[in-house]
Amino acid sequence: MLKELRPAIVMIVLFTVLTGLAYPLAMTGIAQALFPRQANGSLIEKGGKVIGSELIGQNFEKPGYFHGRPSATTDTDPKDPTKTIAAPYNAANSAGSNAGPTSKALMERVQGDVEKLKAENPGAPIPVDLVTTSASGLDPDISPAAALFQVPRVAKERGLPQQRLRELVAAQTEGRFLGVIGEPSVNVLRLNMALDALAGR
Amino acid sequence: MTFNGWFQIALYCVVIVLLVKPLGGYMTRVFAGERTILSPALRPVERLFYRLSGVDERKDQNWVTYAVAMLLFSLVGFLTLYALQRFQALLPFNPAGQSAVEEGLAFNTAMSFDTNTNWQSYVPETTLSYLVQMAGLTVHNFVSAATGIALAVALIRGFARRSAKGIGNFWVDLTRCTLYILLPLSIVVGLFFVWQGMPQNLSAYTEVTTLEGGKQVIAQGPVASQEVIKMLGTNGGGFFNANSAHPFENPNAITNFVQMVLLLSIGAALTNVFGRMVGDQRQGWAVFAVMGILMLGGTAIAYWAEAAGNPQIAKLGVDTDASALQAGGNMEGKEIRFGIANSALFATVTTDASCGAVNSMHDSYTPLGGLVPLFNIQLGEIIFGGVGSGLYGMLLFAIISVFVAGLMVGRTPEYLGKKIEAKEVKMAMLAILILPLSILGFTALATVVDAGLAGPANQGPHGFSEILYAYTSGTGNNGSAFAGISANTLFYNTTIGFAMFIGRFLMIVPMVAIAGSLAAKKIVPASAGTFPTDGPLFVGLVIGVILIVGGLTFFPALALGPLVEHFAMTAGTLF
Repeated sequence: MLKELRPAIVMIVLFTVLTGLAYPLAMTGIAQALFPRQANGSLIEKGGKVIGSELIGQNFEKPGYFHGRPSATTDTDPKDPTKTIAAPYNAANSAGSNAGPTSKALMERVQGDVEKLKAENPGAPIPVDLVTTSASGLDPDISPAAALFQVPRVAKERGLPQQRLRELVAAQTEGRFLGVIGEPSVNVLRLNMALDALAGR
Repeated sequence: MTFNGWFQIALYCVVIVLLVKPLGGYMTRVFAGERTILSPALRPVERLFYRLSGVDERKDQNWVTYAVAMLLFSLVGFLTLYALQRFQALLPFNPAGQSAVEEGLAFNTAMSFDTNTNWQSYVPETTLSYLVQMAGLTVHNFVSAATGIALAVALIRGFARRSAKGIGNFWVDLTRCTLYILLPLSIVVGLFFVWQGMPQNLSAYTEVTTLEGGKQVIAQGPVASQEVIKMLGTNGGGFFNANSAHPFENPNAITNFVQMVLLLSIGAALTNVFGRMVGDQRQGWAVFAVMGILMLGGTAIAYWAEAAGNPQIAKLGVDTDASALQAGGNMEGKEIRFGIANSALFATVTTDASCGAVNSMHDSYTPLGGLVPLFNIQLGEIIFGGVGSGLYGMLLFAIISVFVAGLMVGRTPEYLGKKIEAKEVKMAMLAILILPLSILGFTALATVVDAGLAGPANQGPHGFSEILYAYTSGTGNNGSAFAGISANTLFYNTTIGFAMFIGRFLMIVPMVAIAGSLAAKKIVPASAGTFPTDGPLFVGLVIGVILIVGGLTFFPALALGPLVEHFAMTAGTLF
């Protein structure tokens, strides 16, 4: 039986070299040559400075911007490294809330968000994605319904007509691939950049 | 549920069905040792592997040697992966400056990737260096998958051969599977993934100032090369904590579709390999039908439950109906670009197979939606099964089914011309009983000791479901989680580590024993009294046996978790 030990050891070494070093390093080289933008994280520059990645959601809190979905990501507490604190859209520590459907904490958070949103746009039904956290905590998108829901607030804050903003949302809405695969979505960072351009900032 | 949602699911099924024959044909040639179109490039590499490791590729192994080779290979792999993690701080490719992984966590992670489970107790982006991700985890993504496929092929040889001692050569199966199947597909699809937006770099994390002026640190890394084999090898261990829900690991609906196709393709094609090797492709399609029907049933339940959403959230004045402007339903723990249909489908197929990658957080599913992945794993991940277990688990149920049929009519059961006798049935039952023993045993333990009770993040029945899911996933070598549970503790790292070991190796050894015993048998010619195993009657019987065995075993535990929670949710009881 021990004669099987030699192939066991040699094979692990060989496969490590082939699939663990040669393969990922060659892939990195080819990817960097063929698709440098995507291979480096689809970063977006503005005025020569990197302001984010088009795939990674950012935290928006100012009323003059469209907001993303609630995010459950955390970070270590700078005061006490054994604890964590809420840090929405922490792109170095992706996570969902993992709250179950009968969780009291979940329902309290949702209720709080619902009240805030009701005050901002009374009477309109609240799109479910605006009060639920995403799986990664880094969802770059909101649904078209969630973008349209925020139009009155943003319009008021920016002094722009609501119709202009609705057109902006429509232009930034990405449909399904070939009209079939996926779900319609609006990339919040790109929407807000287009909004800044529209408002002349 | 929407027409478009079902249309996407149907489209996915069509693609899987279309892949079965071509991929199955190619894989059959690979495992028969025949020439393929890639041979001119790969044959020299293959020969070099055999020469350096002293393997005689023409020599067949009997079942004991085959099993020993597999176990030794897994042991050496386990030790090297453990060592890599412990010494990562001293090794290159560590731009984020990760320190050595703590012992319990390193044990758990090494076991996790060695057994094709890919349970993640660690948070990758804050724990592992790029070197461990590449030379540790990616390697195991390849070889633990190749090991699973090799074992399935060995069992098929048991059925196909007559009066034979050998069931193939483990080293040859392992090498050919990796070189001719996994690696070429990974290179092609991996580059497609990069084109679609997946990062592939060795850079340090990017620090940016956001549009609003905040700071954001964006984790980077060689994502695509690991992502593709994570799906193809039904491994499921993500480069990032959020796994395939992370926008870098699954940037859009197309990559999501391709990931789901990779996930089931090899498992589905193995049914065709089975059919071809036993000389009757209808036998393979019968097994495929059993799997397909169970998969559609699970998808329908999960999609229905998630689309219906959480009634308590709807009551607050939130719009949870699907429309042209939103996917609606239960969006907690789901991403916009996948919506409800693609999340429910992903959750179903990742647990049909032993994959465990997730594009949505199962912990936040509605009780019945979360029941589907849980029950899928408890059935033994035999629904296509993926490469880690899959086909051989299903064939064990086929053996039990012909045994039951034989009992009903009072004849010695046969399957594919092989008499199924006491030894095979005993071994099949042993392999099937290992699963509940580990799942229910460890769950029971964790619900009575303090270290176990400290784990769940949710209270009430959902907390119990989190524990049950953890041991189900570990034993089933799946790797998905009700991820709220704090599993990175000494208690959970150790017990789940053992559950993974039990679920992998204690199932494999009886299975290889069956392969050896079957290979030695003669073929009994089919007669009028032979129970046909390629028709709807057999398909129905196997489905019945699977659901009855699974249902009887796990119903009490499921009643305490998801079922009770379902009624609590409807009644508005919170915990």
